[in-house]
Amino acid sequence: MNVQILGAGCSKCKTLEERIRQLVAKHQLPVEVEKVTDLQEIIKYGIMMTPGLVVDGVVKSAGSIPKDDQLLAWMKGI
Amino acid sequence: MILLALWIAFYAVLQPLADGFITFTGLTPDEHITETIRFFVFEVPKVLLLLTLVVFAVGIVRTYFSPERTRKILGGKSLFVGNVLASMLGIVTPFCSCSAIPLFIGFVEAGVPLGVTFSFLIAAPMINEIAVVLLFGLFGWQTALLYISTGLVIAITAGYVIGRLKVEHFVEDWVYQVHSNASAMEELSPTFHDRIQSGYEAVKDIVGKVWPYLLAGIAVGAGIHGYVPENFMASLMGKSAWWSVPAAVIIGVPLYSNAAGIIPIVHALLEKGASLGTTLAFMMSVIGLSLPETIILRKVLKLKLIAIFVSVVAIGIVIVGYIFNVVY
Repeated sequence: MNVQILGAGCSKCKTLEERIRQLVAKHQLPVEVEKVTDLQEIIKYGIMMTPGLVVDGVVKSAGSIPKDDQLLAWMKGI
Repeated sequence: MILLALWIAFYAVLQPLADGFITFTGLTPDEHITETIRFFVFEVPKVLLLLTLVVFAVGIVRTYFSPERTRKILGGKSLFVGNVLASMLGIVTPFCSCSAIPLFIGFVEAGVPLGVTFSFLIAAPMINEIAVVLLFGLFGWQTALLYISTGLVIAITAGYVIGRLKVEHFVEDWVYQVHSNASAMEELSPTFHDRIQSGYEAVKDIVGKVWPYLLAGIAVGAGIHGYVPENFMASLMGKSAWWSVPAAVIIGVPLYSNAAGIIPIVHALLEKGASLGTTLAFMMSVIGLSLPETIILRKVLKLKLIAIFVSVVAIGIVIVGYIFNVVY
């Protein structure tokens, strides 16, 4: 599974990345975490607010930091 | 509910508390230092209380709006109607200058006219809840209302003018080549509990970030309040000095502060004889036009368009400043 965090350096983007990495480490999920900072890349996903969260190529959220259990559910593919 | 009651109770006793504090410290009334401290002790909790309440409320209101929804409303609207709508939506749609670019492209791609997009980009940072709260708290509702309406007028007209200028070719070419797979993200409809939660988070986020600026701003304001003689600012920022409005804007544009830092200072300046129009112009150019935002926008706009954008808005602010100096 592949998780991408889209964000060019806003404070929420950093928080989301940390949160995701913590969750992945804590639950030992087989997930590849990637931070996307290139604007043109970010825009391709059609989001209008950062941070964007993309799981296996599908945009899950934009502009907010979802709750931990929601994040976990996405990353476990539920 | 309980919190709200506590809020009201605390807000009601602020003035006696502040006066009591002054008596308690045994400072002599009417001395510079006493007035400075009184200003500080009274304004800080008052503004923080107001800020918390309004940020909470706005946090809840914002859950009803999203850039996606705003874009849908604005797509294909005619120029003038679009400008009016965009300016008003700019107030309530969640916006952070760090996502100005994706937002700009998202709008353009969806066929929102350029002038309408600009109306949004002008209103969103300029008319924000922090500015409105502070104006309401320090000057009363008339001034807050005045600020909102003049802000709207500037955003509407500046966007309209830019739209009329046909500047589409001054947008960087790659913007038009972007084709996002705008896969409609499943928008989860938040529950009432979620909305309240967003309110709390907004308070944590915004108040947590803004309070140092607020303290600094009020401290400087308190200093001016206590030490600068009455009418000191009259010659410098008063009505009689015709050049004061453009000067205020020229100084204000490169300066960047959030509303929390600048408004307490503005409050104190007004007290010392600066005129309303000049002060308003200064405030709007500091909050509404900022160097960081224009640098961010440079990625999607050619330099010429940035120059047009900044000058149209600046001219609008100058005109508003003059009007207020004449009317008041």
